Amino acid sequence: MEPTSDLQPIEEANPRGYTYGSITDKISSIVLSRPTTMGWLAGFGVATLLLLLLMVAVSWLLVRGVGIWGINIPVAWGFAIVNFVWWIGIGHAGTLISSILLLLRQQWRTSINRFAEAMTLFAVACAGLFPLLHLGRPWFFYWLLPYPNTMALWPQFRSPLVWDVFAVGTYMTVSFLFWFVGLIPDLATLRDRAKKKSAKIIYGILAMGWRGSAIHWHRYETAYLLLAGLATPLVVSVHTIVSFDFSIGIVPGWHSTIFPPYFVAGAIYSGFAMVLTLSIPLRSVYRLQDLITMRHLQNMAKVMLATGMIVGYGYLMETFMAWFSGSTYDAYMIRNRMTGPYAFIYWALILTNLVLPQALWFQKVRNSVPALFAVALSVNVGMWLERFVIVVTSLHRDFMPSAWGMYYPTLWDWATFAGSIGLFLFLLFLFIRFLPVISISEMRQILPMSQAPHPETAP
Amino acid sequence: MLRGETEFWRTVNEYNGEFNGLQNGTDEVTPGTVPNRREFLAWMGNSFALSGILYGLSGCTSAPPEKIVPYVRPPEDVVPGKPQYFATAMPFSGYGIGLIAQSNLGRPIKIDGNPYHPASLGASDAIAQSSVLGLYDPDRAQAIASSGIISTWHSFAAALSMELIAARADSGAGVRILTETVTSPTLAWQLNRFLNQYPQARWISYEPFGGDNERGGTRLAFGTELDTQFRFENANVILALDSDFLSDGPAHIRHSKDFSSRRRIAARSDSMSRLYAAESVMTITGAMADHRFPVSSMEIDGIARAIAARCGVQGIPLPDSTRWPWLDLVVADLQREARHSLVIAGPQQPPAVHALVHAINDRLGSIGNTVIFTDPVAAHLGNQLESLKLLTDEMDSGRVDTLIILSGNPVYTAPADFEFSRHLDKVPFKARLGLYSDETSARCQWHIPESHFLESWGDVRAYDGTASIIQPLINPLFEGKSAIELMSVLLGETPQAGYDILRDYWGQHFNDFESSWQQSVRDGIVIGSAAPLRSVRIRKDFHVPDAPVQAASDPASLELVFRSDPCIFDGRFANNGWLQELPKPLTKLTWDNAALISPEKANQLNCANGDVVEIHNGERAIRAPVWILPGHALNSMTVSLGYGRTHAGQTGNGHGFNTYAIRKSNAIWVVPSARIRKTGDRMSLACTQTHQNMEGRDNVRVMTLADYIHNPDSEGHAETGEETGSLYPRFPETKYAWGMSIDLASCMGCNACVAACQAENNIPVVGKEEVERGREMHWIRIDTYFQGSPQNPGSYFQPVPCMHCEDAPCEVVCPVGATTHSSEGLNEMTYNRCVGTRYCSNNCPYKVRRFNFLEYSNFDSARLKLVANPEVTVRSRGVMEKCTYCVQRINRARIVAEEQDRSLRDGEIVTACQAACPADAIVFGNIHDEKSRVSVLKSQPRNYSLLPELNTRPRTTYLARLTNPNPEIARGR
Repeated sequence: MEPTSDLQPIEEANPRGYTYGSITDKISSIVLSRPTTMGWLAGFGVATLLLLLLMVAVSWLLVRGVGIWGINIPVAWGFAIVNFVWWIGIGHAGTLISSILLLLRQQWRTSINRFAEAMTLFAVACAGLFPLLHLGRPWFFYWLLPYPNTMALWPQFRSPLVWDVFAVGTYMTVSFLFWFVGLIPDLATLRDRAKKKSAKIIYGILAMGWRGSAIHWHRYETAYLLLAGLATPLVVSVHTIVSFDFSIGIVPGWHSTIFPPYFVAGAIYSGFAMVLTLSIPLRSVYRLQDLITMRHLQNMAKVMLATGMIVGYGYLMETFMAWFSGSTYDAYMIRNRMTGPYAFIYWALILTNLVLPQALWFQKVRNSVPALFAVALSVNVGMWLERFVIVVTSLHRDFMPSAWGMYYPTLWDWATFAGSIGLFLFLLFLFIRFLPVISISEMRQILPMSQAPHPETAP
Repeated sequence: MLRGETEFWRTVNEYNGEFNGLQNGTDEVTPGTVPNRREFLAWMGNSFALSGILYGLSGCTSAPPEKIVPYVRPPEDVVPGKPQYFATAMPFSGYGIGLIAQSNLGRPIKIDGNPYHPASLGASDAIAQSSVLGLYDPDRAQAIASSGIISTWHSFAAALSMELIAARADSGAGVRILTETVTSPTLAWQLNRFLNQYPQARWISYEPFGGDNERGGTRLAFGTELDTQFRFENANVILALDSDFLSDGPAHIRHSKDFSSRRRIAARSDSMSRLYAAESVMTITGAMADHRFPVSSMEIDGIARAIAARCGVQGIPLPDSTRWPWLDLVVADLQREARHSLVIAGPQQPPAVHALVHAINDRLGSIGNTVIFTDPVAAHLGNQLESLKLLTDEMDSGRVDTLIILSGNPVYTAPADFEFSRHLDKVPFKARLGLYSDETSARCQWHIPESHFLESWGDVRAYDGTASIIQPLINPLFEGKSAIELMSVLLGETPQAGYDILRDYWGQHFNDFESSWQQSVRDGIVIGSAAPLRSVRIRKDFHVPDAPVQAASDPASLELVFRSDPCIFDGRFANNGWLQELPKPLTKLTWDNAALISPEKANQLNCANGDVVEIHNGERAIRAPVWILPGHALNSMTVSLGYGRTHAGQTGNGHGFNTYAIRKSNAIWVVPSARIRKTGDRMSLACTQTHQNMEGRDNVRVMTLADYIHNPDSEGHAETGEETGSLYPRFPETKYAWGMSIDLASCMGCNACVAACQAENNIPVVGKEEVERGREMHWIRIDTYFQGSPQNPGSYFQPVPCMHCEDAPCEVVCPVGATTHSSEGLNEMTYNRCVGTRYCSNNCPYKVRRFNFLEYSNFDSARLKLVANPEVTVRSRGVMEKCTYCVQRINRARIVAEEQDRSLRDGEIVTACQAACPADAIVFGNIHDEKSRVSVLKSQPRNYSLLPELNTRPRTTYLARLTNPNPEIARGR
């Protein structure tokens, strides 16, 4: 770490030259007064087309079965699980930024937390699709839930997939609540400022009667803090449990105790990469450079660097343990990753996930928006490749050489993947258009004028 | 059961619904015959049980409405839900294999060997196992057709009678009957009567894989045509010269039984035979050999001469044998075990080699001990190829005006240079009896659907002459007629049912007819009908023709060897999906044939698997994908016949290449020099095991007999039985604990178990594309590994069913508890509960779980539903499945035992794979009973489990492969 970054005054991440009124105008105008631009329509159009592709792919999947994908025996999990883990990982940054940084009083988080939370929610929605769709009989997905039934049948609680249902379900619920509770004061602001009647009604309903009274604020703050406390362990638990899907299994390449920390770090890594990937174009399109400042981008880059190093340590340890364990199967697994038929994916992963992000050590790179964007994209790709390596290359050659096989994704695999990106973008574009992308109320709180010591008469 | 369900049609007319002549089996009782009581009851049972189904079967016709009523007087012995078993026999390439067919509610659904039958001894093979699917094949010819138009039996009989009236004038000079090899006493009796009626008529029999060479060999050696039988159980040293006796010929199941009995070592004092094999293409016999020598097929002649000379066969000069450095040692070994040694040559070797082999066996004193002779079992003698040639010449010159083809598919299988189909067009009246409306039927104006052996009465002799009555289990599904029924029309008799014809014939041969008949039908064999042994003497003027001059070795040309396909044989089973999807024993290819070459030759030709080459045999050429088979002789290429069918049916059409197109009569087995040219095209082939290298792991453990006897634990082969810790509590001890032992010393990878499992457990066929994706569904697979140099590797087979682990990794990870442990140690699948996460398969280190990625089971074709075992759930899309240890058989036996208030006995439960195995390699039973066979086997020092370090504690364990190499010959040379 370069010493200068730590010494930068906290104000640098705060909006300068704004008043309570102007900052509210600035953020709410994106939703309320700014006309729908051609750029938004074009982006939304592309997202909608991809979403349609997803619907076609899912319909065909339901008609024909998971056999439309490239999965087989031995590679019974393919793109669906790769995408699931990838999306869930992306969905980690939001909660981390919202809750942990809130509890740690990292105020710079304020201008990106709303956005990151929304991204989390949408990413988790995309992630949640895949475990459902990948089932052989998706219409029975609810058998994984413990619900009372006449057969007195319960899920099999030793299976990590059941833990997954709880972990992802809880995470989804808490993320949504956290995001929505945080939105309430802003929704009230929009309700008050909206000109159109329909907008007034909708925002009014969503604001749930917020009047901004002191008791409202008190309860709001308490609830928000409690939710933050609730969400904090989830950041660690969700991906830990997702990693159990693999590490509980006995497949060489899965069965490893390093998986939980390595997965959590990887999730935060990919989450921040995705926040960067999305916030960089967003701040330039909506001219939010003075709200999402270079300080934010730099801080995110540093988190990426740190978590990326943990992930790199994970790769190193996997390789070391393969040798140290003395297990033929583990040794072959690593050799196969590095030199087998999917070696190009492994090396692409090392390049995109480990080598390229090392550029972030340099202040120059961290200061260059295009460079940061490139690194973030590289990490997004790299983390997807990592999941491919874990899921597919581990499975395709395990214990019995006679059962070894190859996995080739089909067009439907790609269509479902691209379609899930479509769903994500679709939701994101709607969010940008209809909700404040930056928390107005929290931005107001960190204005220099509210930082100064105040007399009793607070705003 | 609606009209609309008929989805298979043969002609456009049929498709358009423009005919209504297709009847179901109701008019099978031909007027004038009165069924006896047994027959009547059989029909009653069948038709009652099927009345609902047959209504749907008829499909195209609107059968008269029938009321379904309960039995007023139920048929004898029919208890709904309880299978019945009947002895019958399957004619295969003319010879019989005795079977016991299982019938559930009137439907034959499962086949096993008949323990009384000499060719079976209770075992069976993949083809016999798959024959039930052939019965219900929707593509079978269903109606008598005249020039493609649906006709009737009566019209055919009338047309035929007209022909015969005309033929009577010239004593049938223009009448020819073409059959396959005939051993059926009744059919032969009819044919001979026909020839008496029409003295100028001729009967020709032709098999693409006939025994001309073997019979020619006995003529050279003994001066007369004889059938040779081998007693592998008496042989201590065996030399197979290009002979795949474990899978070729009418006695291959018996050979497997006998051979394996000398390979399973229980006590250390047991002796084990030693097998040498010299062959061009790796066969399962070669894979089982203790020493295998890859030599080209053309070299065998030289080898046989060299051995003959060393053994002192008269008149054979000692040739130069430096090319075969092992030869002296092998001869010494054969001579050391004189009288208990055996030399056998393959059917593709010329008569000279067979004659030499007889002379060698004579010198070794084996004749009478390990080799015995009988008069030929086939009813029609003479060289089949020559007689077919004569027939085509006669057709060409217009001397044939009536040709009746009883089975066989000569248009497809005749040697290419005969141009059989072109000459066939010159015959004015052609009638064909066949199961399918195939290539031959397409060129005959009359096609008569043949009844399947499971639906018609008949008889057949086994390789040793033992006759069996073929007993039907079901009324003909279509208008099928058997050969003997057709012959009775030819004989001008009042049309008779096969049953009566059969009884007519056997009535002349049984003393106490009714009781002998009953006994023969019940037992599946006619006692005392085996051919008597003949004592033989090498002829005084023993002389074999000189060896053909070896073709100059041209780098672009290879010896080309024709072989029957290990799954679909000569092509007749091409429409059988079970056989098409059965991985071929060594290449593991499905759905296609390939041109097999050695790795070294592939390098020379710069070919990889799937590269298409052009194979030229003279002016004829075909294109074929190459497949590299380790252990193949260098200057040799092997192509199998039976593929490239055009009229096989929906399943068989369009797979592989037709090798018959370059099979010429002058070199029907081996072409000395064929030109090969790489085309640059590629073709995808569906292989079920793409990795045949063990990667240094010890999945198959191998030890030599010497090691085993002196120091069985030397390589840690014995399982110590030591318990390693588990977090989960042990399952409580119960009365029964099911386990299985698989003996790799006797398993020879023949696939009988795979096919048996498919038949028993309603395993779907997935098709070539799905196999290419790695989604075949077999519950038991046979892994084939090669070890050592690619020129001549050791090859090992390992059947892998579910291991039924006591600490099963699949069970813990299923989120819905669809796979659970039974109290008796079975790892059970509850299909209804499975949501299809496939986690269990990922976590199964043995990868024995199979997933229904798509809707593989056929729920639409009414006919194919009939073959399903009612005791096993037909799985739908999206659920996992796997070997259950045939839990339905366990429970059936348990019900019987509980009814009789006793414990289950050892051997009472036989799994489908175990029942089929001709090598007795699979034994199932209760491992809590120390005296059970499986426990005894598992206590052998050879016992080991797969991947023991994972601590899954499999209930299926293996007995290490044993080899018995000659210490004087260094392994692998």
